[in-house]
Amino acid sequence: MAGRAHLVSILATAVVLLAVFELVRRRRLLERYALIWLGASVLLLTLAVWQGLLGRVANLVGIYYPPTALFAIALAAIIFLLLHFSLAVSRLTDQTKILAQRLALLEAEVRERRAEPVTGEGEGDGVDVAPQAAESSV
Amino acid sequence: MVGAYPVAMTPRRENLAVVPAYNEEATVGRVLADLREHAPAWDVLVVDDGSTDETARVAAASGAHVVRLPFNLGIGGAVQTGFAYAEAEGYERLVQVDGDGQHAPSEIARLEAGMDADASLDMICGSRFVGPDGSYRPARSRRLGIQIFAFILSRIVPGRITDPTSGFRLYNRRAIRLFARDYPHDYPEVEAVLMLHFHRLRMREVPVRMFARGGGVSSISPGKSVYYMVKVLLAIFVGLLRARPVVVPGQDHAVRAQSSI
Repeated sequence: MAGRAHLVSILATAVVLLAVFELVRRRRLLERYALIWLGASVLLLTLAVWQGLLGRVANLVGIYYPPTALFAIALAAIIFLLLHFSLAVSRLTDQTKILAQRLALLEAEVRERRAEPVTGEGEGDGVDVAPQAAESSV
Repeated sequence: MVGAYPVAMTPRRENLAVVPAYNEEATVGRVLADLREHAPAWDVLVVDDGSTDETARVAAASGAHVVRLPFNLGIGGAVQTGFAYAEAEGYERLVQVDGDGQHAPSEIARLEAGMDADASLDMICGSRFVGPDGSYRPARSRRLGIQIFAFILSRIVPGRITDPTSGFRLYNRRAIRLFARDYPHDYPEVEAVLMLHFHRLRMREVPVRMFARGGGVSSISPGKSVYYMVKVLLAIFVGLLRARPVVVPGQDHAVRAQSSI
């Protein structure tokens, strides 16, 4: 029974490692994220193959059935990965927000400049023209 | 109209009213008309937060500057666009006037009077609950939420806070600079009070009258209010633990000391 679990865990982790490798090869996965996946799968594969190490780790944390330790470590790796992605999404959200704001402000400026008659070309002039325009329409 | 402010002689601009609007075509025209009538000294910037209706067209037809966000960012992102604009254009003061008609432009003068009375104040917040006009009665669940926030904030910041969720606020240049760099994403008002405090900026509440919404849909539906509570409470407590800038109060570069988020 333990032998079969051993085999399955080696197979499973090997498949993950290969899948990540293939995704990077096809440029579908950014190296930045691939590194973490590669690290996690190499770690799991090492533990799956090297039963002695897994046994020792299991013993250390008080798990009697070593393959369970493998799953526990895999779970920890997944949680770490998810947290990492939440960070990435948060950063992207923030950056997207700033981009949207800058885009909107630039668009408004371009629109205003195009619509405006050729009155104030100078930089200093341009500053003065807008508020007057706004007030004249009041 | 220009009157007291000879435009050619002031390289900096004075007053900017920021009107965040998300699908407010029914009310934004009225708000802009009121602004023209009651606050003629204020330039008006409408931030259309990715509306799917005619909000932007109505606003532009009223003669306001209109900035259209490419998609909905939420009230925080929309108002921050106004801060960014005000900072870039060199405005000295910014007032937020919601596009739903809740905030009465005729009350802006009260906010201004509050800031004029004490030059060390960086933000004046219009409160519905202080003063003789404190007759505003929100729904019970909402009032409870407001009271909880008010209670917590009043323990943290100096002075009493009665209306922490009010968005009817007047900001000076320092506050504009702070919030142009960093403003909370959604439901920003409560957190902004904390940020202000941690950056050693000062605020005060003044009584204002507010109206019930003139139309459209509030950004806070009953279903979301629990999420709102939890999110803002989290923001408060995380904010308390965040590294604080060490600056001398009143110093001009207070705003730049910030590094977190």
